[in-house]
Amino acid sequence: MNLNLFVWRQKGPNEPGKLEEIKAIDVSPDMSFLEMLDEVNERLVHQGKDPIAFDHDCREGICGTCSQVINGVPHGPQEKTTTCQLHMRKFKDGDSIYIEPWRAKAFPLVKDLIVDRSALDRIIQAGGYTSAHTGGAPDGNAILIPKPCADRAMDAAECIGCGACVAACPNGSAMLFTAAKVSQLAYLPQGKPEAARRACVMTDAMVQEGFGNCSNHYECEAACPKGIKVSFIAKLNREVLKARCESI
Amino acid sequence: MIIDGKCPTGPLAERWDKYRREMKLVNPANKRKYKIIVVGTGLAGASAAASLGEMGYQVDSFCYQDSPRRAHSIAAQGGINAAKNYQNDGDSVYRLFYDTIKGGDFRSRESNVYRLAQISNSIIDQCVAQGVPFARDYAGYLDNRSFGGAQVSRTFYARGQTGQQLLLGAYSALSRQIKAGTVRLHTRSEMLDLVVVDGEAKGITVRDLVTGEISSYAADAVCLCTGGYVNVYYLSTNAQGCSVTATFRAYKKGAYFANPCYTQIHPTCIPVTGEHQSKLTLMSESLRNDGRVWVPLRKGDRRPPNEIVEGERDYYLERKYPSFGNLAPRDISSRAAKEVCDERRGVGPTGFGVYLDFKDAIDRLGEDTVRQRYGNLFEMYERITDENGYKQPMRIYPALHYAMGGLWVDYNLESNLKGLFVLGEANFSDHGANRLGASALMQGLADGYFVIPYTIGNYLAQIKPGAVTSDHVAFAESRENVNVVTKKLLGINGRKTPKEFHRQLGKIMWENVGMARSEASLKRALELIPVLRDEFWQNVRVVGNGSELNQELERAGRVADFLEFAELLTRDALHRNESCGGHFRVEHQMSDGEARRDDDNYSYVAAWGYQGAETVPELHKEPLVFENVHLGIRSYK
Repeated sequence: MNLNLFVWRQKGPNEPGKLEEIKAIDVSPDMSFLEMLDEVNERLVHQGKDPIAFDHDCREGICGTCSQVINGVPHGPQEKTTTCQLHMRKFKDGDSIYIEPWRAKAFPLVKDLIVDRSALDRIIQAGGYTSAHTGGAPDGNAILIPKPCADRAMDAAECIGCGACVAACPNGSAMLFTAAKVSQLAYLPQGKPEAARRACVMTDAMVQEGFGNCSNHYECEAACPKGIKVSFIAKLNREVLKARCESI
Repeated sequence: MIIDGKCPTGPLAERWDKYRREMKLVNPANKRKYKIIVVGTGLAGASAAASLGEMGYQVDSFCYQDSPRRAHSIAAQGGINAAKNYQNDGDSVYRLFYDTIKGGDFRSRESNVYRLAQISNSIIDQCVAQGVPFARDYAGYLDNRSFGGAQVSRTFYARGQTGQQLLLGAYSALSRQIKAGTVRLHTRSEMLDLVVVDGEAKGITVRDLVTGEISSYAADAVCLCTGGYVNVYYLSTNAQGCSVTATFRAYKKGAYFANPCYTQIHPTCIPVTGEHQSKLTLMSESLRNDGRVWVPLRKGDRRPPNEIVEGERDYYLERKYPSFGNLAPRDISSRAAKEVCDERRGVGPTGFGVYLDFKDAIDRLGEDTVRQRYGNLFEMYERITDENGYKQPMRIYPALHYAMGGLWVDYNLESNLKGLFVLGEANFSDHGANRLGASALMQGLADGYFVIPYTIGNYLAQIKPGAVTSDHVAFAESRENVNVVTKKLLGINGRKTPKEFHRQLGKIMWENVGMARSEASLKRALELIPVLRDEFWQNVRVVGNGSELNQELERAGRVADFLEFAELLTRDALHRNESCGGHFRVEHQMSDGEARRDDDNYSYVAAWGYQGAETVPELHKEPLVFENVHLGIRSYK
């Protein structure tokens, strides 16, 4: 099939950007979306043009590197699917496809479709861990964890930190990301001793990084390739409220 | 030359304890005077940087990704082994040691593998303490499953995302140290050279992948945790950015490269669909716990799977290896799949595929249980193939997955270059000629959490901190060399893209140095590779410039290294005139097609030393001594 791509091109953070029309020809339905872009890039290089810069790595939906807004939706039209796992059989011959970067105040643009998501790492650095020293941990079975707790923690831990939730949110909020991380540790006995402090410092860091707040649009859950539920945001709010009340 | 792995002697079970007792220590107040560079932030790199930072050293951590938590350890699905014996099924440290050494086809060191098995239990405890949500049973205890090459259930898992969860655990520990100021993080930075001063590793040169700036960092020791090299085959289960560049450039600076021909081909990947394919996706080996592998009995049988009745199917793994069945080790299962496809009994549009069938498991356990165990893998399979694994058998085929070979290290994980330590998949040390499932995560974390914190201290205690700074002339020379190569790549302005060369190299390697290697095919590869390499340096086209984010330039540099490294790998495969583990030479097989080792002549580690671009590398041998296990024929029948 043949497609008309409209791709966001921007040389750098301080350069002007625009949508550029690029043809994708002879696209096989078995190609992944990124393989389609690979072919487009190969042709651009043969023409001596600058290929489209985009982030990608594992290409199996787990590293969270790929990050494209496809036809207005982060990671594109297929539910619970990263850009790299989206396949061209979801499109039709002659389709126009608009491809843009994650857009959010806290994600400054680097080049074309690449943005800087290090703000998410700084939220984790603020407190997204247990302070377990290497060595000296008790036996893994010393503290039993009820299966429902382990399962809920795992549901939250599935987050791949891609930032689609931020890109989808009209407020550019990182609440779903932060909530997933806070909740995972709050559900587990190992995370309990620092749970109150963690909830506060991580939400503070989120605000400092320039992410907006949550106003219940639920766009994050709809865009999340791992199906992380907004109920974790409720959990985060409870954790923060509890922590702030306890500190009064 | 004969080289010494510095393995301790004495009773196997006491070696590591005794060795640790005798190591030199760095005083806590002196630790902050030492600088350590850690390249790579996968399981080995993140756990090492976090642990060393916590001990008080000044650590600089580098990764090419935009975040340390994106390293490819994250993609490991199935699990991590440990000898906890929680299932009361007869497991022990010795059994894990024995399974691993046998799984590696008796081509690894007893001392290293035993230490790995001993440490395995602490890893699980450490990860639980970090909040890794391992699967639990209804009583709240840790759950286990079985993996290939073992008859006990010793694999701990977190759904189908164990690597992700372990990496997020190590990453969180690393993040804690970044916050504490003991670790400085450098993302989007690619190591392009190792700086060696007076025969000791003293720093690295990196390219900032956003600005293109080339800069150097000095340190008292360098740890390479940069993963494996199987992207030399172009198509593999590795991430796009995985390369041999860091380890190969260390090799060119004098570090020995050991056993490069030991590559692992994973039996359960989604088959190739066409030329456009950029990577192969693995389906966890854990699927073989419940899936049954089969092909039609009759050649060229193109009927859909549901029309092929029981008597017309060949469950070839169960037939050939009744005691391990579908859980035969990876190298053996892969070769068996290749054999049936070569007999024209393969399935799918290309004929290069076999069925992995869950019908019996679904009948026995119900679809819900199967979904609970493997739901995310079935979803992934459907996204890629548009087929429903619950309704029809999956199609799988072997693909390049893991490198057992890597930079040579001694028992301290130290290279022959002093001050250079190599951890995780980047070293060669623990898996011999074949790695068992769920052992890579174990090794990466063992090296980072529990080995390097001891052994690096022993080295640092013997040197003065900060003896070499980045003012030293070797750093300027290193930057200059990197700049020369960059300029050369950008100036050729030929007609083929780096990707085209990479794809071509991959074809040469897969066809000639793949699952079945012969003297003739290896010699053919040794003719083809230099020709392709020459063409690359005449005819590659790298657009853009060096002082910007330039993904074509990144790829070109990595492909240039693969084009040299491919020859080293092939040369090693040609020299190793035996079959063992993942290295299968068709000349050396039993009458039933199993690998025939030659212990009299090849029971050694082959460590290659760089001798210059146009010279054949020098072969050094480290004899493998087996005092505790009997070198048997590796049978899974």
